[in-house]
Amino acid sequence: MANYKSILFEQMIKDFAENEVKPLAQEVDEQERFPAETVEKMAKLGLMGIIVPKQYGGAGGDYRMYISAVEELSKACGTTGVVLSAHMSLCVAPILEYGTEEQKQKYLPDLASGRKIGAFGLTEPNAGTDAANQQTTAVEMDDHYLLNGSKIFITNAGYASTYIIIAITGKGPKGPEMSAFIVESAFDGFSVGKKEKKMGIRGSSTCELIFENVKVPKENLLGKRGDGFKIAMKTLDGGRIGIAAQALGIAEGALDATIAYVKSRKQFNRSISQFQNTQFVLADLATRVAAAKALVYVATDAKQNKLPTLSVNAAQAKLYSSETAMEVTTKCVQLHGGYGYTREYPVERMMRDAKITEIYEGTSEVQRMVISGALLRK
Amino acid sequence: MKIIVCIKQVPNTTEIKIDPITNTLKRDGVPSIINPDDKTAVEAALQLKEKCGATVTVITMGPMQAEKALREALAMGADEAFLISDRAFAGSDTLATSTIIAAAIKKLGADVVFCGRQAIDGDTAQVGPQISEHLGIPQITYAAAIDYNAERGSLVVKRQFEDRYQTLEVKGQCLITILSTLDKPRYMNVWDIIEQDEKEIGIITFNDIEVDPAAIGLKGSPTKVKSTATKQFDKTIETLELDPESAAKAIVDALKSRHLI
Repeated sequence: MANYKSILFEQMIKDFAENEVKPLAQEVDEQERFPAETVEKMAKLGLMGIIVPKQYGGAGGDYRMYISAVEELSKACGTTGVVLSAHMSLCVAPILEYGTEEQKQKYLPDLASGRKIGAFGLTEPNAGTDAANQQTTAVEMDDHYLLNGSKIFITNAGYASTYIIIAITGKGPKGPEMSAFIVESAFDGFSVGKKEKKMGIRGSSTCELIFENVKVPKENLLGKRGDGFKIAMKTLDGGRIGIAAQALGIAEGALDATIAYVKSRKQFNRSISQFQNTQFVLADLATRVAAAKALVYVATDAKQNKLPTLSVNAAQAKLYSSETAMEVTTKCVQLHGGYGYTREYPVERMMRDAKITEIYEGTSEVQRMVISGALLRK
Repeated sequence: MKIIVCIKQVPNTTEIKIDPITNTLKRDGVPSIINPDDKTAVEAALQLKEKCGATVTVITMGPMQAEKALREALAMGADEAFLISDRAFAGSDTLATSTIIAAAIKKLGADVVFCGRQAIDGDTAQVGPQISEHLGIPQITYAAAIDYNAERGSLVVKRQFEDRYQTLEVKGQCLITILSTLDKPRYMNVWDIIEQDEKEIGIITFNDIEVDPAAIGLKGSPTKVKSTATKQFDKTIETLELDPESAAKAIVDALKSRHLI
């Protein structure tokens, strides 16, 4: 029997990306504007809660549908892709995986319906790749934890209402003890700081978060006290598949735009698609994209089926897809010639958007550490 | 209120090409879609469902592959779907098709029947009106807007003509043919995409309906296609340099000589 669920989902998300997301991509980039109206439309179609089970107001879909949504949205607009990826992988997924029944009932319906957007805070000025070097603290009091400190580079900040925040809760046997919390933007003492001016994904809101004596109720501790670092690392394993899908989408979008361009652009009395250089470059790029796609969906299946290879699969998918996105977009700009360097054509935006995928949610170097670490532990 | 929406799966003509040798449509590899007018008919029915709690049943006649069109309608929010399919129905023209669909509607029972105005492959606009004749119910064609009057439990339908609109109010059984300009059909949504997987598509065969075997299929079809041909375009360009008045006259004369005006 045909799997109509996948066929219909793919048809819907392609139509949506083409008709609703693509026409806004340039404007969202130029104006550095969060695509709030697109997120509202996505929410109405159930896209903000694809992987959330029905009893919490979600659609009850699988991880594959979610990843293909990020891929298709990113083909049209890298900003829109990461809005969904950060919301789902970094906020919805950890609540689903580590939340208590009460936490799921309290937070998931609003996140799944898109009434609220989710985000995640781990990175600090002195804790980037060295994520364990946290300064933010959460001190246990009678009925709450007192949260103090700040986070930087937080995707969806300002638009999100529900944040997963990692903070130090004490001393552990091997260094600081970290815990994860569900923090609401409405809590007293929570504020959003400086908005970053970025090279790419300029419609995505990336800001600083500031916590000044924020009282986080004890029931908002996510998972067990002391599990914060583990939760953060596992959450990022999932998040990396989302970013790999974003990178894949950006590469596919650039390739599609370039194929159309080389057929119409004429030099020396023929379309530039007739030159062997163009043909060979396109062949190589398309092959890299196909390989990246295979890795992204291997990692997606590992996540869906909770396979022990997930960490490595996700690291490989992100490493390869993000470096593919950078190479593909760079060469697509080259095939466009001077026009490719202008904002008239989408490939220069895609090249700027591609760069961040090699950096956030673990740089390419971190992915190599994860992969080689697993190889050498054997 | 029970609404039955009749839809047809058609090749996506924006992607279709003509075989230069046989002059027929090359359907191989061309994706199938829900006929645009019919998809808007589904949208109109779903809007009524939201306004007055109607149930929406989608039906189509066609081969088993047409299941995809029905499932797409379910994924938009329709409640149930039936596929009318039997070898005995093969070769039916619009008259035989409407005979079969009317018999299926009689079996399923409906308060209101929605059809798209016409399909982009045949362009006859005959099946909708013919169904209403077979069922003996009133028909309203070319609906550009449909509203529900809750007080009177009636439908208020705006009919489009070339140069004007006509507004009709209808209560009780009727058939309405719908223009794609009525509204943009909604996207499928994730909840219904997943839920349709758990729904069975009912199959309606020859044995399920009351229909005269002589009135269906190839032998029940009075329409015979004698031949089809592709329009030939004359690409010769004639350039005249004239003052505006003579130019206007030359254009009018040229159009008249080709019987275009």
